[in-house]
Amino acid sequence: MEAFGSLIHGLSIAAQPMNLMYAFIGVMLGTAVGVLPGIGPALTVALLLPVTFKLDPAGSLIMFAGIYYGGMYGGSTTAILINTPGESASLATALEGHKMAKAGRGGPALATSAIGSFVAGTLATLGIVFLAPWLVKIAIQFGPEDYFALMCVAFVTVSATFGDSPVRGLTSLFIGLMLGLVGIDTLTGQARLTFGIPELLDGIEVTTLAVGLFAIGEALYIASRPAHLADTIEPVRGSLWMTKEDWKRSWKPWLRGTAFGFPIGALPAGGAEIPTFLSYSTEKRLCKYPKEFGHGAIEGVAGPEAANNASAAGTLVPLLTLGLPTSATAAMMLAGFQQYGLNPGPLLFAERPDLVWGLIASLFIANFMLIVLNLPLVGLWVKLLSIPQPWLYGGILVFATMGTIAANPSVVELIQLVVFGLMGFLMRRYDFPVAPVVIGLILGPIAEAQLRRALSISLGDPMVLLQSPLSATLLVIALLALAAPFVLRGLDKMKSTED
Amino acid sequence: MEETGQRRIDPVGIAIAGVLAALALIIILDTNALTLTSVYGVGPKAMPYVVAVGLGVLAIGNLVNALTGGMPAGEELNYQAIVRILGGLAALIAVIGFGGGFIIGTALLFAMTSAAFGRKAFHIDLLIGLGLATVVFLVFSKLLSLTLPSGPLEHLF
Repeated sequence: MEAFGSLIHGLSIAAQPMNLMYAFIGVMLGTAVGVLPGIGPALTVALLLPVTFKLDPAGSLIMFAGIYYGGMYGGSTTAILINTPGESASLATALEGHKMAKAGRGGPALATSAIGSFVAGTLATLGIVFLAPWLVKIAIQFGPEDYFALMCVAFVTVSATFGDSPVRGLTSLFIGLMLGLVGIDTLTGQARLTFGIPELLDGIEVTTLAVGLFAIGEALYIASRPAHLADTIEPVRGSLWMTKEDWKRSWKPWLRGTAFGFPIGALPAGGAEIPTFLSYSTEKRLCKYPKEFGHGAIEGVAGPEAANNASAAGTLVPLLTLGLPTSATAAMMLAGFQQYGLNPGPLLFAERPDLVWGLIASLFIANFMLIVLNLPLVGLWVKLLSIPQPWLYGGILVFATMGTIAANPSVVELIQLVVFGLMGFLMRRYDFPVAPVVIGLILGPIAEAQLRRALSISLGDPMVLLQSPLSATLLVIALLALAAPFVLRGLDKMKSTED
Repeated sequence: MEETGQRRIDPVGIAIAGVLAALALIIILDTNALTLTSVYGVGPKAMPYVVAVGLGVLAIGNLVNALTGGMPAGEELNYQAIVRILGGLAALIAVIGFGGGFIIGTALLFAMTSAAFGRKAFHIDLLIGLGLATVVFLVFSKLLSLTLPSGPLEHLF
């Protein structure tokens, strides 16, 4: 088994004492930040990016693996104990888990979510191990036109197909694409949309955008609401351990959740919401005690949590093999690679197998550390949750601005941060999705470069996009995915007028 | 999506459509100013035009939504809190811009944000902010050797 050998090699890198320590720090920091209410995994990664600036790439990516999974664990703890999901993928967990906590079953809820995440994370990471080398072999034959078409699919699915409103999703995407234009055009050296400001020549930093949109936008949004109601934390009463009955009711949802999460995460279909809700509704249908749903059914925590984690691991497949981020968190991971000038994709597998496989192996290690550390330390995480809101957001803004200052101590960068913060606030307030902006900024320039490469090879003949069967198919898929929400809505309207 | 019988015209939606149209216009003007004539295949001007056209179409889409009442109504705003947070950020930028250093700027941001969330103990929060900023500064500059902007306080270390 070629993949297996590579994994062993990766494990030998990840298990070096220094790297184990990086993974440990990543796991602790990721959980600590992820547990704070209102902070999802994407923001966790963005906020902690500066911590890794001075590390070597391998150490930094290993720390990232820890931060990534730690942020997810932290998010579900918050969802269960105070019913403020940091991201929509934790909504289902909050639905049932918080009810369990209210009924004094917070311990088992946390346990089934932690163990479920471990099971799902481990299985899904195994999925990466076997799927990635195979995909890399296919991807190595991709021409630039195929990449361009693939990115079109990602653009459409991330922004239009699965959101509430395709117009708003596409609006977010195009704002991201516009931000991606800013700076020097890499192929010709022309400055675009820089308005004579020298600091803009390097383009817009993904981290500045993400931290502005997520952290500052969120703080403004929460503060702007007339009465900011203090969240009440459910204390963890009783035993942390799951009873035999809990185990019996949990293991199947874990596996089913993984089965939903991994494939959907691995497709460029955007986000973990779909698998978590699929898992939730499936468990509700299959459960022997359907009446418990809505009042704290353990299956409703076990399944969606597993689906969430499996899909997070699934998004690493297109990220590592194709360089294609399909969620805001994956986009932040890509930014983490780019700070070292590394571009994930088939070439990185060939040139730096130590990095890629070290990262994949660290996912196993981070997962293992989390299951060992998380339940015993739950008291500590609960303490973090009880930081008063004024100090909590004061601290969040301090760390948000510090990251920007540390990366690039210039006033222009800070002003950008504030502008993006205001933009994030307005988008939250008027219900525009934020993730497509980040995806647009990070993928837009890559898509443009691929398109121009394809067209310069074909001497400017646009038919090249349709001559490659793969690219033609992908473009048709993108068109269908773009048209689908409009057509479905039109059908809905027709039906409702007929009634 | 809920269907309300009345078709309410939404001023915010119209404003958003206006902003998008303005952005499209800015891109087109900026791109027209590029002096490069022709390269093989597609030059640096093509993508901006595509994005500008997309934004223009979306401006129309948002306008249609606004005229047919597709936008959700925003709730009431606590302007004071927003002004305080933005004031804190402005203070940070000013302090750093004029060489006051990371610690003072960050402490101000912390205290102003805390005030925005309803605390009424600005002086205490300022002290907490100073403490927090000092710890952050020491960890990042000494332990991780990142350069943070220095002012009078930072030179003490």
